[in-house]
Amino acid sequence: MTAAIEVRAVEKRFGNVGIIRDLNLSIAQGERHAIIGPNGAGKSTTFNLISGHIKPTSGEVRLNGDVISGLQPFEINRRGLSRSFQVTNVFARMTVWENVRCAVLWATGHRYAFWKNVDSLPEVRERTARILEDIHLTHRRDVPAGLLTYAEQRELEIGITIAGGATVVMLDEPTAGMSHAETERAVSLIRRLTEGRTLVIVEHDMSVVFGLADRISVLVYGHIIASGTPEEIRRDPKVREAYLGEEAH
Amino acid sequence: MTTATTSVSGPAANAAGENLRFYGVWLAGMVVLIVLPLVFSSGGSLTSFSLIGIAIVFALSYNILLGQTGLLSFGHAVHYGLGGFTACHVMNAIVSHGWPIPLPFIPLFGGLGGLGFAILVGWLMTKRAGTVFAMISLGIGELVASSSLILRSVFGGEAGITTDRTALPRMFGWTFGPQIQVYYLIAFWLVVSAIAMYALTRTPLGRISNAVRDNPERVQFIGYDPHVVRYLAYCFAGFFAGIAGGLAAISFEIANSAYLGAIQSGLVLFATFIGGTAYFFGPILGAILVTYLQLGLTSVTSVWQLYFGIIFIGIVMFSPGGIAGLVMMHRPLLRAGTLWTVIPSYLVAIVPTVALGCGVILVIETIARHSGGEANAINLFGIAFNPKSPATWIAAAVLVAGGSVIARLTWRRVGEAWDRAATVARDRGYLA
Repeated sequence: MTAAIEVRAVEKRFGNVGIIRDLNLSIAQGERHAIIGPNGAGKSTTFNLISGHIKPTSGEVRLNGDVISGLQPFEINRRGLSRSFQVTNVFARMTVWENVRCAVLWATGHRYAFWKNVDSLPEVRERTARILEDIHLTHRRDVPAGLLTYAEQRELEIGITIAGGATVVMLDEPTAGMSHAETERAVSLIRRLTEGRTLVIVEHDMSVVFGLADRISVLVYGHIIASGTPEEIRRDPKVREAYLGEEAH
Repeated sequence: MTTATTSVSGPAANAAGENLRFYGVWLAGMVVLIVLPLVFSSGGSLTSFSLIGIAIVFALSYNILLGQTGLLSFGHAVHYGLGGFTACHVMNAIVSHGWPIPLPFIPLFGGLGGLGFAILVGWLMTKRAGTVFAMISLGIGELVASSSLILRSVFGGEAGITTDRTALPRMFGWTFGPQIQVYYLIAFWLVVSAIAMYALTRTPLGRISNAVRDNPERVQFIGYDPHVVRYLAYCFAGFFAGIAGGLAAISFEIANSAYLGAIQSGLVLFATFIGGTAYFFGPILGAILVTYLQLGLTSVTSVWQLYFGIIFIGIVMFSPGGIAGLVMMHRPLLRAGTLWTVIPSYLVAIVPTVALGCGVILVIETIARHSGGEANAINLFGIAFNPKSPATWIAAAVLVAGGSVIARLTWRRVGEAWDRAATVARDRGYLA
């Protein structure tokens, strides 16, 4: 089976500074894969490279076997990869309902239509309602997204990310800034919503990482130093030295 | 007309009531358009209504860019002007070739003129939003405005292109000579364009335009190319601006370089912003007010542009949501039934505010007369002030100084009363 995501020898330099060097990563279909690493290791840059937000200096990224490096983000999204952002990134002046609905429109084939009434598209309405139900925001549907609580905005962010029916979902620190209870809620939400999809997650909270991930990759200075099951990563001496050692004592 | 950004079908009974109110507002608007010239039938007011109708179409088209898609254009009059020129040329061609196209179809050609240019330059212009787009729109505006003086065969130079609307084939026996017939033609196109532009906000493209306005980066990750969205919105805005220009060409029977210049572009930005960009009806209010002020102020004062500037600054500073924002702020209070608690504080605050306004007017008019070398009396609400008398200067100083101090205090009280009322409204479940 072809890997959902295959990163081969990717480099990213900003001027003379190499942020990512010789990055190799393979994520199988249906796998829940976490990328961890100390601050400044290049986790978000890796995310941006895969999702097309920035282009690699060299190397290639494949999605389900097709090369996607060099494509525009919306082209990559149309091929089934969706991502969320570390900083909450919703449509602030639009209601919760409209936020999710916008994310459903392309996938339901309505594209740039200006001859259809957006309120009378049954499959759009049903799908939007189902996703609101899934992220427990049905009771907040008419509230402008900018007025939601922080945790609610993060949940909406996840809702927008999965609304288009992507097969590969990438979440950038989905529980950052959440309380313990909120984090638990978010993790069970993520687990439920990414059922049957490939999940790539960047996360600082080790309980989230080890609770959620099937496999973990450790990124240090733009290079993956280890990749394996949570158990293997826990035992890996390089990882303990570079990363867990500082955090786990 | 509901807001541009909320439209969710609630429970069935509620939806039926909402539908009734929605269509009621549109019907009421049409009735007003039909009845208006019967009540105010003088030639002057008919001309004013015609100008206001054109300004509304133009401002609504501008809000497709500014309010719906978040594009600040300084050159929107280009499409208005090119629509006007296209309409004039088509009218002249119809007359000279004897084509069987009656006058009421002409605005459509104006629209196609505006659309054509939007299709041509739009792709390049909408590559980026924000400052880049604003600057390019300014450049294109200047480019076209100066071309209009250079390309004489197309734009007619300083004199412009004239036409005769009555020479076209008639429809229903209407000659479109009398202003009343022109008014109804404009009213018809106003209704058609307003409905079309409102409908546009309720389509997938309309909603994605809002999304591009709020967050172009995120739009890319839900499958859309923000460049295409901006381009399509730009084309629609150009089309409806062209219709407004076509109506203007019919009304004035001329198109000249003033149609597509920076002043016209500034006026539409002004009207749209003052009216309020966040609501569909905002630009309508703005266009009515600005056109009315433009027509009214010019006959009262020689420095009317100065008042425009002051009004604009005042709105930007104290009510960034425009008049529509100001009106809609009160909706949750009205629904929660707490609006009456703030009204007394409003009434108190109005007195010093009006005094301050009078003081400002006195100062401006005194200075204007001094530098202009005029000495005619300043007439303020029927009271004559001699611009050369120290009594007038003292009155102005007292009104400005006293008015601003007291106004500050009273508006603070309004703010407090407002906060209390809004808190109660929120507790009762009515959100802003």
